[in-house]
Amino acid sequence: MNSTQVLDTKGLSCPMPIVKTKKAMDTLNSGDILEILATDKGAVNDLAAWSKSSGHELLDHKEEDGVFKFWIKKG
Amino acid sequence: MEQQNKSTMVVFSGDLDKAMASFIIATGAAAMGKQVTMFFTFWGLNILRKEEYVKVEKSFMDKMFAKMLPRGPEKLGISKMNMGGLGAKFMKSTMKKKNIVTLKELIEMAQDLDVKMVACTMSMDVMGITKEELIDGLDYAGVASYLADADESKINLFI
Repeated sequence: MNSTQVLDTKGLSCPMPIVKTKKAMDTLNSGDILEILATDKGAVNDLAAWSKSSGHELLDHKEEDGVFKFWIKKG
Repeated sequence: MEQQNKSTMVVFSGDLDKAMASFIIATGAAAMGKQVTMFFTFWGLNILRKEEYVKVEKSFMDKMFAKMLPRGPEKLGISKMNMGGLGAKFMKSTMKKKNIVTLKELIEMAQDLDVKMVACTMSMDVMGITKEELIDGLDYAGVASYLADADESKINLFI
């Protein structure tokens, strides 16, 4: 997927992944895609909830060698 | 797109674990686009104290009180198994090993995310704590100001 920016939150625990995601998203434009890397096991549910309540679209997510990858499109 | 709904929280406890829970929820809510107000009262004020000693004119009783209360996030105990501070030390070292963000960092992050932090002036009077002894960037108010914010909030917690 064509991401506008990649954000690495590997090794960080709650609430850092969503705080960093929010900050990164603030610098992007509507329609841009932010790719997020995380190792926090709560991140799958957290980023889904964050996207939903912040008006962004979680396009896809997958796990690769213990690292979660997310693609969120800015609303 | 972004709903301007508010979240409010009364931080009554001065325990390290409860303070961390408060700030995790507050920074999380701020990251979700909410306007967050944290109202610090009674023991919760200890979280906002500067770590260094600040010289201010006080009565004898106020001085004693100030001496017995923890100064800032590094000095707080935990709500269970504190064992005279040993438990808090143990928890902090465990959290460091597991790369959990510290309370001090959470407070800085909350300020960075424009979380409104209000110190209860009545509790400050009771505990003999002055503005000079608290960290910068706080608001000072009472129950009406808190209730006005709580009225407009979808989430309201007492910790």
